[in-house]
Amino acid sequence: MKARVHVMLKNGVLDPQGEAVRHALGAMGFDQVEGVRQGKVIDLELAEGATEADVTAMCEKLLANTVIERYEIELV
Amino acid sequence: MRAAVIVFPGSNCDRDLAVAFEQAGFSVDMVWHKDASLPEGVDIVGVPGGFSYGDYLRCGAIAAQSPICKAVAQHTERGGYAVGICNGFQVLTETGILPGALLRNAGLKYICRTVGLKVETSDSAFTQGYNAGDVIGLPIAHHDGNYFADDETLAMLKAEDRIAFTYAENPNGSRDDIAGILSHNRRVLGMMPHPERAADSGHGGTDGTALFRALAGVLAPA
Repeated sequence: MKARVHVMLKNGVLDPQGEAVRHALGAMGFDQVEGVRQGKVIDLELAEGATEADVTAMCEKLLANTVIERYEIELV
Repeated sequence: MRAAVIVFPGSNCDRDLAVAFEQAGFSVDMVWHKDASLPEGVDIVGVPGGFSYGDYLRCGAIAAQSPICKAVAQHTERGGYAVGICNGFQVLTETGILPGALLRNAGLKYICRTVGLKVETSDSAFTQGYNAGDVIGLPIAHHDGNYFADDETLAMLKAEDRIAFTYAENPNGSRDDIAGILSHNRRVLGMMPHPERAADSGHGGTDGTALFRALAGVLAPA
């Protein structure tokens, strides 16, 4: 079993890297870009029997810092 | 008076911090991150600057899960003193010992220079050697020192007089110019600037000395 975890800064938390990417895209002429947020994708290879609850615990304890980040779990 | 300085793979201010403690009169134990307990009789734990675990995942995130950090959390829960500087501040927020988080600098650049810091409160073992309102000069050296906490947490920090230091000129985007904060019992300090790098005349500044001296004054056996 595999799980994919998406970690993004929460709305309202400044993302200076996303802003830098937005500026660069604008400078390249992609003026249709109104905002960029950059995050992380973490792929987990899990043993049989692992549950979504296990992955949630991993996110809460380590993979995301819930003070500043939100996460989504995708089981694949 | 005994201080323990935690050493992670990638710590690089551990020895500077040990020297600063020693100059103030502490005996210092260096404690490896894989140790599960602190030496007996430790009065204060120092979590040093550096790049623990290469800043992988998030600065301080992996270090916060190390065996010694559980012992540090127990020490602070018992009312023990601790100071986290730079990466050490990041580790203390990642463990939840201090509130908030340190984000990437707003300007995206690593910043290494001496900055002006305003002492916001002299009401702590760390800051009683200064007067509230003093402006001191300490070096910063970080890429992720942009302090973030939600509105509710910021209001609490202000109401409880727990903001220890603010930047005279905000270098990194920190909310409310925050450079250092105290725990609810005022016995844990986290700060991005480096007092241990301004604790000897050879450093080009000694404004950090008063912090270690004040601690020694509080922790000296009565």
